[in-house]
Parts: sequence; structure tokens; C-alpha cells
Amino acid sequence: MIYGYYPGCCLNSTCKDFDTSLRAVLRALDMPIKEIKRWSCCGSSAVHIASRQMAVSLPLANLAKAEKQGFEQLLVPCAACFARFKFAWHEIEEDPELRQEVEQALKHKFTNRLKILHPLEFFATDEMMKRVASARKRDLSKLKVVCYYGCFLSRPPDHFDDPEYPQTMDRAMRAAGAIVLDWGYRTDCCGGSFSLTRTDIALKLTHDILDGAREVGADAIVVTCPFCHMNMDARQGEIEAKYDTKYGLPVYYYSQIMAAALGAPEKEMMLQMHFVHRQGVMEKAGSNGD
Amino acid sequence: MNANLTSAQDKVAPTPVLVELEINPEEASQFCDSIKKVSNVDINACYQCRKCTSGCPVAYAMDYTPAQILHAARLGLKELVLSSSTIWLCAACETCVTRCPQDVNLVKAMDALRVMSLSDGYKSKEPDVANFYRYSLGNIQLFGRLYELGLMGRLKLATREFRKDISLGLGLFKRGKLKLMPDLGALGETRRIRSQVRKLEKR
Repeated sequence: MIYGYYPGCCLNSTCKDFDTSLRAVLRALDMPIKEIKRWSCCGSSAVHIASRQMAVSLPLANLAKAEKQGFEQLLVPCAACFARFKFAWHEIEEDPELRQEVEQALKHKFTNRLKILHPLEFFATDEMMKRVASARKRDLSKLKVVCYYGCFLSRPPDHFDDPEYPQTMDRAMRAAGAIVLDWGYRTDCCGGSFSLTRTDIALKLTHDILDGAREVGADAIVVTCPFCHMNMDARQGEIEAKYDTKYGLPVYYYSQIMAAALGAPEKEMMLQMHFVHRQGVMEKAGSNGD
Repeated sequence: MNANLTSAQDKVAPTPVLVELEINPEEASQFCDSIKKVSNVDINACYQCRKCTSGCPVAYAMDYTPAQILHAARLGLKELVLSSSTIWLCAACETCVTRCPQDVNLVKAMDALRVMSLSDGYKSKEPDVANFYRYSLGNIQLFGRLYELGLMGRLKLATREFRKDISLGLGLFKRGKLKLMPDLGALGETRRIRSQVRKLEKR
């Protein structure tokens, strides 16, 4: 079976590292994917002022395309897109009147057959964990990470995993061979939507999370969301200056850790795209380092 | 290593301001009804346990806490609610939605309050936040897929803070994270959806 793939705007631009490393992982695990033709933005950063109809129509238009193009499973790697897709689906399931309106606007009747999948849900199944563990090419057993899920992926309840204490990514990282540390900030909000506007809020919230990671002695933070990555990686220097501290904590997408474990070439791990590098961290994963 | 205790203190809600306000019972139920119509959320289920406020990561920066805004809305204090900074500072992280014992979807209610605040012509206490959402929507309607550099430029023209985030932007560009040109692979898609949905909204 070929999985439908919805990269979304971030993976298509600011997060090429996420997209490229994920494609490498999927290839290594023999999971064929095909990008949805003419996909459009899910509206994640804009829907906060749009009507309810518009907020659900933007993601649903893409689900309609996936159905029309014959896919039965749709992989949505971006945490923000995944949240919007799940939200929209839930809204029309709950409200038949809204469903009718939206189906009319989009000129498409949903069949309910399409399954929206987050890659981590897939990677954390027992079967996949075994496959990843047996396909490991690099040794990550000295790398200590914390898994940061953020808010988009873990909420609302019933949409991904336990909303307060999710474990899916921890499982996937263990399968990749890394040491996964427990900590208390896995689902705290980083203030992603305020990164460009009330930057002070984003810096404060992200600072608390970075503190939490340092307190448990992590070498690196593993994330799933482009907004979290931007705040933690690209703004880490700014946070260090503002709060007069030093973290030097590299921030990786889970796909980069898995790509490292599965022996992907350096150019597909794309570690060089990050802002924060610390000598010795990725060398623990047997890579040449970032 | 010293544990960081300041963050817990930061989370304490702002000191409540005592104000005397005229309450009109009819307006109260009307306001709740219109919130329900726009969001499908019944805010009257709230019993003010304030779990939303204790979990809210941004409560420290708001003029009224989430629980206060809910209460004010139930009293029909439309002006106070729609001109608050709270409705613009909700980060939509859904911590409150996850923990509410009464299943009041505060994030959906906040979405509705922002829409109502704009359509009733209230001036946002957080104009940059409001502009960011407005420009994002305009950006995807124009290009179909978000054009980050265009959005950042548009925001700069509005805030006139040209030096802010310049090093961030250059850093992103240097690492190949910012595209110079928009991706036109879905040109016109969002605009088409928008015009179809407009017809629904008018009903």
C-alpha cells in the first residue's frame, strides 16, 4: 500500500531537515509514500480569526483531495497540521449540519475511510519498534535525550496519546537505541504562535522547557513540531542572552534521530541546518557530528 | 544544580481588579447564545473551579484570567470580554480543554470571541497578534501555501520594528530555511475554498 503524504507548508520550506530525514526513515523501513497533489495550507497559523466553517474547511479540503486521489491512509508529520486535521474531522463527526455545509462547499462527500496517521503512531507499534531495532546501523546508546511533544500533538484528549503524559515518541526513540530520560515538560506549551508577535512570551515559555531538559541532564531535545523547533533551536541564543544562562542543547526532530540510527547518509540527516550545535552530541550516535 | 522556582511564581494570576459594572440579565443570555452559535460551546457549564487558569501558561500576561473571562461572558459583560487582552493571548495550547471537568472547550470559545471582537469593530489590545493572524490568512489566500518571508515582511511593515528578528531571519536564510520565492503549487486553492465558505457564512 502507498501512503498519502501531506508535508504542509513548514516541511516544504523552513523544515527541510524534518522532511528530508523523515523521507529517509520511511525509505529505510520500506514505506512507500506519495505526496498529495495540489495540497494547500491547513490554516494552522491563521484560523484563530477565521470562522468555524473556514477553520474546518482548510484542512478538510486536503482530506477531500487525498480521498479523491485514492489514498486510504494519510501521513501528516507536522504536529500543527496533524492537530488541525484531527480537529476538523472531529468537528464534522460531531456536527452533522456543519458536515453537510462543508461537503457542499468543498463539493465532496467524505467516505470516512481515510485514516489520518501521525508517523510516530506508526513507528511506536510493537512491530515497527522491532523492525527499527533490528535495522539499526549506528549506535546511539550513549545519547541521552528528552522527548518534547508540545501541545499540538498531545491535545485535545483522545486524539493521539495520553494528553498529559504521552509515551509514543519515547518508545520510538528507545527503538532507535537512544537513552530516553523522564521529565516533566513533555507537553508544556512553547508559545509557538507568539514567536513573531509577543516574542517575550515565547522566550519565557521556551526558557522554562530548556531549563527542564538541562535539569535532568539531557544531551539533546527531540521534538515533533516545527514551531517548537524554531523556538528551541533558532531562538536558543536569544533566550540564553535574555536569561543570562547557557544551554547549548541541540534540538532534533525525531526523524533525524531515527535516520541516524538507521544509517541514513549525513546529507539526509541534515543536522547542519540547525542553529545549536554541541561538539560530541551526534558523535555519540556515530555520526560525523553536526 | 539549582532548581528553577521563578517559573512557578510567574504563573500566579494577575491581581484581580475590583470594578463595578452594570449587569443586564437579558444581555447575559444573549451573549452566551451568540458564543454558542459561533463556536458550538456552552460556557454555562462552567462552575468556576479555575483549573483552566492554573494550567494556562499565558495567564500571567493576560489582563483577565481565562476563568474570569468565562465568568464575565456569562454575566454578559460583552465590552470587557471583547476588548480584553486575554482573547488575543490564548495560545490555543488546549491545556484547559484537556483538564476541564465540565468539558467546556475554552479554545473554541476564544476563537469565537476573537471573531466576534473583530466583526464588532473592537480594537485589539494586542494589535500585533491580531495582525499576524490577519496577514497569515491573507498570505495563504494569495499563495495557497504559506510564504514565510512574505508574512514576515508584511508584519514588519505594520510594526515598523525593522531591527527585531533580523539576525533570526538572516540565520534562517543562511541555513537554507527561508525560501526567497513563494511555492505556487496550490495557487488559488485557498481563495477558492474561501469564496465557497463565504456563501455558507452569510446564511
